[in-house]
Amino acid sequence: MRKHLGAHLVLLGGGLIMVSPFVYQVLATFMTNDQITSVPPTLWPTEWDLGAYAAVFAQIPFLRQLLNTVVITVLTTVATLVLCALGGYAFARMRFYAKGPLFALVLTMLMVPGTLLLIPQYQTVQSFGWLDSFAGIVVPGLVNAFGIFMMRQFFLGLPRELEEAARLDGANPGQVFWHVMLPLARPGLSALAILTVMASWSSLLWPLVVVNSQDMMPLSVGLASFTGEHGTQFPSMLAASLMAMLPIVILFLVMQRRVIEGIAFSGLK
Amino acid sequence: MSARRHDGVWPWIFMTPILVPLAIFFLWPLLRTLYYSFTTWSFFGEVRWTGLDNYERLLSDPDFTLALGNTAIYTLIVMLNVPIAVYLAALMNRPGLRLRALYRALYFLPVVTMPVAVAIVWRMLYSGDFGLINAFLGLFGIQGPYWLSTPGVSLVAVAIVGIWLSLGFNIIVFSAGLNGIPPELYEAAAIDGATPWRQFRSITLPLLTPTLFFVTVLTLIGGFQVFDLIFVMLGTGPNAERSQTLVYFFYSEGFLHNDKGYATAIGIVIIALIALLTALQFRLQRRWVHYA
Repeated sequence: MRKHLGAHLVLLGGGLIMVSPFVYQVLATFMTNDQITSVPPTLWPTEWDLGAYAAVFAQIPFLRQLLNTVVITVLTTVATLVLCALGGYAFARMRFYAKGPLFALVLTMLMVPGTLLLIPQYQTVQSFGWLDSFAGIVVPGLVNAFGIFMMRQFFLGLPRELEEAARLDGANPGQVFWHVMLPLARPGLSALAILTVMASWSSLLWPLVVVNSQDMMPLSVGLASFTGEHGTQFPSMLAASLMAMLPIVILFLVMQRRVIEGIAFSGLK
Repeated sequence: MSARRHDGVWPWIFMTPILVPLAIFFLWPLLRTLYYSFTTWSFFGEVRWTGLDNYERLLSDPDFTLALGNTAIYTLIVMLNVPIAVYLAALMNRPGLRLRALYRALYFLPVVTMPVAVAIVWRMLYSGDFGLINAFLGLFGIQGPYWLSTPGVSLVAVAIVGIWLSLGFNIIVFSAGLNGIPPELYEAAAIDGATPWRQFRSITLPLLTPTLFFVTVLTLIGGFQVFDLIFVMLGTGPNAERSQTLVYFFYSEGFLHNDKGYATAIGIVIIALIALLTALQFRLQRRWVHYA
């Protein structure tokens, strides 16, 4: 410890600043509204009050919205993995007509903020009759340019010999992909899965636009509208926010090593 | 095998599941956005061709200049992320440092949380009356501002949250970049009597430039696209309008003022600006990025 004392002081001090908002949040959920808004502010709850948590369940269909978020996240992640693996492999290893221009299209998509296409995308979803449905929330976001790009880079880095051996044994490209390449791509896929889960869990603007009934809202939208309506009830707002983040934070703590490896990997490409 | 120029039908089996949604939910909306940017929408949704009117209006709209300036300021502040992340990653990567996993987790925690959820806490911390930040400043006799409702200050306040949210991600990416530098280089430099600072400047920094480039491009694009954080931190009131960024300006014209033709013209300009900035960065990278 003594060898790196300076480094420890900086890292620990900075780290405490990073987590201090969460610490305050947890403590404040047990305070009364009066205590939170008192001047000067206090840090320790005077009476440990659980009312805030009960209020969340009374004021929004929290469990239903949690379920919505889970369904949306799982659907998005599974579909993203399948599509990006297929596309990434095709771009990395196959030869086909207009491959160059199609890849340029994917790169263009990487640069265009999805937010800006909101108006025509909304019209399309509306014309399909998908407003206020899981299909409307999930399907427009299925093509993930970053994911396709990342998987292409990953497949490019794998040795060709295995594929060629399998081809000589008479396997068709579908079989080569499924039995040989996909198992090798697991590290890349798990990195992509982690990034997709995180983005999908917190995505706000698109679901905010396509969903209008409380029972179809994911937690992100539910939380935004909750704070709009109950803007001065700080303890229950904080409790709702905490419960909405808890599943993903637990997931991170359990899978920490994989998450960090995955992100480190995506950055190297 | 290499004699064949195409792989027959197989690529299309792989590509069709991507190309169909790509066409419906990206290419077609992009073309329609371009078309709408030359139109004006009436209150009842009738679309009328008005040529370059929207673009001419944009050039003389003070709100556009404001949004452009705010976006540039926001992006510049968030860029502070990069040196801070490099510094912390270098500290964490010291050989033999203990508690590394704990530090990583502490810094990374904000990355996995939801912006809309953490905004609730930050709004309270920033409160001019009962916020902890001003109470803390008060200990030193400093009278803190009303962070989120003072023009100019509110953009800085949101940018601080932006840095807080993405710092952990960048630290991980830089750590990976640092791990890729061969330790022999440092050993050789130490034998030659190079100071730690000299080693950092002559070994670490040049070899880290590809990672620096990647993170800078992502931060810049992310800064230009910022919307969620402004929206959840400042809401939609008059102060949010004064602190609006480009994408917020697009959202407010299209959805709050229901001026969809004008909004799509703003969108096209934002896309062009991002493309321009990215192209510029790729041009400039030849001057400072070293690929081993």
